[in-house]
Amino acid sequence: MGSARLYLSVAVGGFRRYASYRAATAAGVFTNTVFGLILVYTYLALWDERPGLGGYDQAQAVTYVWLGQCLYATLAIQGGGAEKELMERIRTGEVAVDLYRPVDLQLWWLAGDVGRAAFQLLGRGLVPFLFGSLFFTMALPTEAAAWLAFAVTLVLAAVVSFAIRYLAALCVFWLMDGMGIGQVLMITGVFFSGMVLPLNVFPGTLGEVVRVLPWAAQIQVPADVLMGETDPSAAFAFQAAWAVALLAAGRLLQSVATRRVVVQGG
Amino acid sequence: MFVEGLRAYGLIAGMWVRSGMTYRTSFVFTVFGNLLMTGLDFVGILLMFTQVDSLGGWSLPEIAMLYGLSVTSFGIADMLLGSMDVLGARMRDGSFDVLLVRPVPVLAQVGADRFALRRLGRVAQGAVVLGWALSSVDVEWTAVKVLLVPVMVLSGAAIFSAVFVAGAAFQIFAQDAAEVQNAFTYGGTTLLQYPPTVFGKDLVRGATFMLPLAFVNWVPAAHILDRPYPIGLPGWASFASPLVAVGCCALAGLAWRTGLRSYRSTGS
Repeated sequence: MGSARLYLSVAVGGFRRYASYRAATAAGVFTNTVFGLILVYTYLALWDERPGLGGYDQAQAVTYVWLGQCLYATLAIQGGGAEKELMERIRTGEVAVDLYRPVDLQLWWLAGDVGRAAFQLLGRGLVPFLFGSLFFTMALPTEAAAWLAFAVTLVLAAVVSFAIRYLAALCVFWLMDGMGIGQVLMITGVFFSGMVLPLNVFPGTLGEVVRVLPWAAQIQVPADVLMGETDPSAAFAFQAAWAVALLAAGRLLQSVATRRVVVQGG
Repeated sequence: MFVEGLRAYGLIAGMWVRSGMTYRTSFVFTVFGNLLMTGLDFVGILLMFTQVDSLGGWSLPEIAMLYGLSVTSFGIADMLLGSMDVLGARMRDGSFDVLLVRPVPVLAQVGADRFALRRLGRVAQGAVVLGWALSSVDVEWTAVKVLLVPVMVLSGAAIFSAVFVAGAAFQIFAQDAAEVQNAFTYGGTTLLQYPPTVFGKDLVRGATFMLPLAFVNWVPAAHILDRPYPIGLPGWASFASPLVAVGCCALAGLAWRTGLRSYRSTGS
């Protein structure tokens, strides 16, 4: 029970830390709204040309755009969450202090990142989404059960997102510098999450592959749950399976790293 | 003053290039990464065209031309002045004050700060797409149209540079809100990658008259491709890009001066 409280307070700390950058948050809201506007018009043109593309109608395509902008910072799609700080701590050797703490390294960073995600959702993601729903026709559910399922899928998405970035951060134990892996994280995150285009629009085999990769759990799956395009329990199973697999891989890599690798610094 | 500024810019940029070249492999990787990352937008457009034959009435080569022009000119501006987003951080930690006391124009110092040659990746990627687009669009090339291409790239780079400088001036007033400028820089180049017919007329009007990004490619490219511009503009507007660029740079310079004059250092 005591440890649950500990991780809760780490999460609250993560939330409050990001909440203190008010001007930066407002700037982010503005930027996400502008990008949402640009994307909405390009998607509308695309769906105008091909109605029903990817199984979405126009309202659903619009919903997808604004959900993407809403989750962009929340799920740190192009990086910039807990993993950025962890990479820096590994690079400088400060991670040694983290390893000395009588807490679980992975859960500690997960808790902090979930706190960050919760703030980014409320502080940064919600406004562009509401803006979209005010000025465009969106396909939003009216029954509470759908929103509840959406909440569950968001939590799972946050865990998968963290698990991917945690794995990337651990690589710095071997690479010594986070720049390259950060770039890989950015490219894969933006492309495979469906920020460029919804994954259900990707053609042929490429489409089939990207839809089963873990990044699909981040925007595509939550979008489909919200709009009732998929069975929620199947979506939860998909996300949970990736979350467990990636977290387990993270644990494995973490134990190898802490056993074999010499911490940097004099 | 101007020549001195350019010289200082060259020296500072050269220093950063040398420091970046110390880790050659890392440099090659980051150029490649940059190329790949900025190319994702185009991959998105290509993926769209696996599903459709035209977007907003424009074909793939035509959109590729818009894309190539937008990315190349933005890439040049980004390479020259793109590091300016560290300005807010420099003001917070007080290191901006050091730049003020040096006998070199502040804009040159700020522009060359952390000059990163890896940003060539974006220029290269844009140029490749532009080259392909120019060779595959269905256009009756005349001398004027051919000449308009380099004019667009250079004017576009100047217009985007003005946006970067204006953004830097804005950061003096709102240090933590540096991200707002991304909406106009990255948002601007994204907007211009798609044909104007895709967007609402109000948005096109805003991008033509308020923040005249349309002169980077939309307006002159409409002339090359013989396409009507969604909002009525006189015929000579297609050739007005250099003038617009000069005007933008003058306004941005003014904003920068105003910002610099009202700068107050942090701390006690």
